[in-house]
Amino acid sequence: MITAERKPMEELIQCVKPYRSILLAGCNECVTVCAAGGRKEVGVLASALKMHFMKAGQPLEIQEITLERQCDPEYVEQLVSNIDQVDAVLSMACGCGVQEIARRFHDKPVFPALNTKFMGASERQGVWAERCHGCGDCVLGSTGGICPVARCSKQLFNGPCGGSTNGKCEVDPNVDCAWQLIWDRLKALGLTERYEENLPAKDWRSAGGAGPRRIIREDLAL
Amino acid sequence: MKTESTLEKILASGDLAVTSECGPPRGALPQKVREKAEMLRGYVDGVNVTDNQTAMVRMSSLAACILLKQMGLNPILQMVTRDRNRLAMQSDILGAYAHGIDTMLCLSGDHPHFGDHPMAASVHDIDSIQLIQMVKDMRDEGLFQGGEKIDGPPKMFIGAAANPFADPFELRVARLAKKVKAGVDFIQTQCIYNLDKFEKWMEGVRDRGLHEQVHIMAGITPMKSVGMARYMKNKVPGMDVPDELVKRMGGVPKDKQADEGIKICLETIERLKGVEGVRGFHLMAIEWEHKVPEIMERAGLLPRPTSENLGAENVRGGKP
Repeated sequence: MITAERKPMEELIQCVKPYRSILLAGCNECVTVCAAGGRKEVGVLASALKMHFMKAGQPLEIQEITLERQCDPEYVEQLVSNIDQVDAVLSMACGCGVQEIARRFHDKPVFPALNTKFMGASERQGVWAERCHGCGDCVLGSTGGICPVARCSKQLFNGPCGGSTNGKCEVDPNVDCAWQLIWDRLKALGLTERYEENLPAKDWRSAGGAGPRRIIREDLAL
Repeated sequence: MKTESTLEKILASGDLAVTSECGPPRGALPQKVREKAEMLRGYVDGVNVTDNQTAMVRMSSLAACILLKQMGLNPILQMVTRDRNRLAMQSDILGAYAHGIDTMLCLSGDHPHFGDHPMAASVHDIDSIQLIQMVKDMRDEGLFQGGEKIDGPPKMFIGAAANPFADPFELRVARLAKKVKAGVDFIQTQCIYNLDKFEKWMEGVRDRGLHEQVHIMAGITPMKSVGMARYMKNKVPGMDVPDELVKRMGGVPKDKQADEGIKICLETIERLKGVEGVRGFHLMAIEWEHKVPEIMERAGLLPRPTSENLGAENVRGGKP
């Protein structure tokens, strides 16, 4: 999923300060799962902002709404009835959701309440870790199901580097060395000979090197 | 011979080759490069010029290599994949070769996290093994990485690093095999302090016959003090300094520690001379370049071969 974290309160206050009424829009997908921008977080942030501006003697009117998916025009359309009643939108979706609102409501200011972080998985309760860069040409089949692009600090396709120590990355002792994981997994699979196949220089066009990427599925077009 | 590289000629002659290192300055003063390099003249066969080592900004390796070349020395262009993409690297390789620089070392580079620009983006368009392959294809196929033909290909003698001490140890020989497969000509190893472990790695290297496909130069760094020994042991990732060595450095008075460090260094060289497959030494006397002549003298590695006695008719077989 796409993970995100809420921006610091002070930054959010500065964003909405010029306005008297805002729409605080959450999303029921990834950011709900990572507890950053779902219905619950929308409620908590709305209360905190209201309290702050109340104390400052400049009451802020906040409409709360949590869309099924903020990255989907079909759901963003639901904001049509609210949008004229507010001065600005504070979106608690990932960057995709924020941009979808900006696209649909051309003359309405929209601000991100979250910092979108990465595509990752939950390691344990309250901990998420990066797993995928969306490079568009998956090599997991050659690397034992562990991604060197997203999980090696040097993005080595033929690692590990000389800094791997006790299974940890030299950059951060809390991060596993991706190539140690790959090696352990190849061993478990009885595929250690695969390690010696040199992976060639990557074609980064699929990873965004050729400009913003799109997927076009003719079979799904209406 | 694949190239005009002096290092290649010496390694091919069977003599033990010796390289050293010159870290470019943190400024634009050419005399700083010249002063450091001058100390090495006549004592080593090639001088590695580091590329923003430890991820700190320094004068570019290519520019400093040109200064060395103008002095009549044999610079070895270090190139890391951290700071430049494949276009920039290939154009620098063409430029280097145009200036007569014919030997280089392919590295991934220290992570910016360790340097003075931790906020910088790492490039890592390609990795060190892919860089080896790229330089080899430029030389042997006359092709750019993108597949187009080069008008006047650069003939680089290709080096890389190997760290026998990093984890997982069991794949360190396999990693060398990958570099050999990519086309590396010579290897300079991480600084060797744990000789037993190094010899174990070399055993694995010989078992696979890799020592006959690539020239392995043993990395040597003399320690100046017990403080340096401790720092290397505890702070430098992938460095293996045994406790006995730290103890030994700490066991002599402070003013004698530098001498002790040189002694250890000489003992290491002596023992490594007897290890089959070690074809030379890479002497990294970090900010201690003026000690190189003394170390070389006492290690019995002088005089160095000169261009006159490196002619084809004088190429000797086997070790001296």
